[in-house]
Amino acid sequence: MSFSTTFVEVIQNKDSTVIYCLGDWTLENITKIEKLFKFDTKTKQITLNFSRLDHFDTHGIIFLIDIVKKFEKRGFTILKTGYSKEFLKLFEVCEKNFPKEYLPPPKRNSIKEFFYSIGKITFESKQTLVSFFSFVGGLTQAMIRVFLTPHKIRFKATLFHIENSGLKAMPIIFLTSFLIGVVIAFQGAVQLEKFGANIFIVEMVVISVTRELAPLLTAIVIAGRSASSYSAEIGVMKITEEIDAMKTMGFSIWNFLIIPRVFALIISLPLLVFFADVVSIFGGMVVASSKLGIGFEEFATRMQESVEIKHVLIGLLKAPIFGWIVATIGCFRGFQISGSTQSVGKYTTISVVNAIFWVIAMDAVISVVLTEIGL
Amino acid sequence: MNVVEVKEVVTRFGSNTVHDKISFNIKEGEIFGILGGSGSGKTTLLREMILLQGYNEGQICVLGKNLKELNTKQREELISKWGVLFQFGALFSSLNILENISIALREYTNLNQRMILNASLTKLSMVGLPKRSAYLYPSELSGGMKKRAGLARALIRDPKLLFLDEPTSGLDPKSAREFDTLIRVLRDTLGITVIMVTHDKDTINSILDRFIIIADGKIGFEGTYEALKKEKKVHLRDFWDS
Ligand SMILES: Nc1ncnc2c1ncn2[C@@H]1O[C@H](COP(=O)(O)OP(=O)(O)OP(=O)(O)O)[C@@H](O)[C@H]1O
Ligand SMILES: [Mg+2]
Repeated sequence: MSFSTTFVEVIQNKDSTVIYCLGDWTLENITKIEKLFKFDTKTKQITLNFSRLDHFDTHGIIFLIDIVKKFEKRGFTILKTGYSKEFLKLFEVCEKNFPKEYLPPPKRNSIKEFFYSIGKITFESKQTLVSFFSFVGGLTQAMIRVFLTPHKIRFKATLFHIENSGLKAMPIIFLTSFLIGVVIAFQGAVQLEKFGANIFIVEMVVISVTRELAPLLTAIVIAGRSASSYSAEIGVMKITEEIDAMKTMGFSIWNFLIIPRVFALIISLPLLVFFADVVSIFGGMVVASSKLGIGFEEFATRMQESVEIKHVLIGLLKAPIFGWIVATIGCFRGFQISGSTQSVGKYTTISVVNAIFWVIAMDAVISVVLTEIGL
Repeated sequence: MNVVEVKEVVTRFGSNTVHDKISFNIKEGEIFGILGGSGSGKTTLLREMILLQGYNEGQICVLGKNLKELNTKQREELISKWGVLFQFGALFSSLNILENISIALREYTNLNQRMILNASLTKLSMVGLPKRSAYLYPSELSGGMKKRAGLARALIRDPKLLFLDEPTSGLDPKSAREFDTLIRVLRDTLGITVIMVTHDKDTINSILDRFIIIADGKIGFEGTYEALKKEKKVHLRDFWDS
């Protein structure tokens, strides 16, 4: 059985088979060449002749080596003739490096893996919890130390973060809190009108907004903006070994990276919440005057008379706690980033989700406790 | 035939003129070096040749194509003909080493699994990486290993042109010489053209056919190692001897 194509010509006699390699045995043609090697021979000896080969590259040669090995395994003797010096050189290099056996990729057993991953997640959660507590401990200690030696506070960095995480968040907080004020007042107005209790719109808006909604909303917006950016910043610094460099130079990462961020949010959140209070009350006022005919002045007088200042103060008191939660979680998750760029995405997401969850959880706890003690 | 032609190229970053009318040619099959002090603009020049960065004036032609007049198809064609090794490897951190090496074959060719595996493992071994590193991720490799993996990735499609940014820095001397040998074998057998930025003295005198030295934004020297030794200008010779 003899045949001839663009890439191989096979000539079979009684006792020998000669395979001529023709044309370009290069990457572009290699799949076509592979398809030609499906023929069978009866002779025990095969001669590969390369004298009519035009071009070759490593892929052509690697394929050849593979073919030769397969034939030899089946008991054929392979002879090679007609090659050029270059061909031989490259052939030798490739043959030396050709994989002798295939290391299997790390094994996967789906049932085993399932239980393994449950165990792993449990163990890792415990580890994370422990390291979070130790992080909080370290942070507390570093903060105490900084308070004892106030000249170590990095004011510039703190101001930088106040600007980035606080000041620059004002437009979005303006928008969200204005809308919240409007929505609360609007929904309230519809119900209160039924009872003719229009004026209670004031208590309704002011108390709900200052005590609960403004702090919660502001903290959630800041968690979305800043927890993510803190995690990503610190994580990338870790990947590029900047943090290692700081450590070797004796710079405390607490003082340089973490405390400025934590302080920035502890300082700017109460201010932002106050801002949000004002804006959302204004939103309520706008609706009250247009829907219920309660003028701005009447609204303000009623507010002074019947809304206790404690609601505003409780809201403002929660703000630094939320700020602390967001900044601490953002930084903590940032330090968990390592190695690949994927882990940046993973831990940034986790940090935002965690921060929002813990802000809401903490809000619930405070709410219950304060109501129980009668505040 | 000239594979790369650089004509009067000017590169500025603000007021900092990094290249001031640089011209030189690289011939087919050459191992060509770009030398110069730190910050002299070697990496920048290399990046300009591989379409990663623009230049202010002048003209660069690679494989006969003017880089500023490429349409999308020509661009793709050109890119498929070169391999690049970055100064720090630049491996894809979410893929393991084997995937890093084989990704171009998977994306651009229709080779079957077995052929891809054979080719990738052969290249892995060619650059001197142990087999067990195939399933490791870049973050689990040393700097030198990353570089080798980067080279294997650059070589996977047998490029006509190979751009290397400081290939031997960060390798131990023995590996560095093996690296040189590998580059030469590839050139001798496949006829590829190699363009490299290097500081390695042994590489320079053992495998470079010709090189340029960039000094003060201009070509301070162009020629062979032998010619440089006879060079009169003291500051160029000092480049070595100090
Ligand atoms: N994106 C950029 N913006 C501004 N200046 C740049 C930029 N990239 C490079 N430069 C400047 O161009 C000059 C050349 O940089 P380049 O990275 O090419 O140096 P190099 O010769 O590769 O040095 P090395 O040997 O240290 O790698 C430097 O002075 C650098 O400051
Ligand atoms: Mg450089």
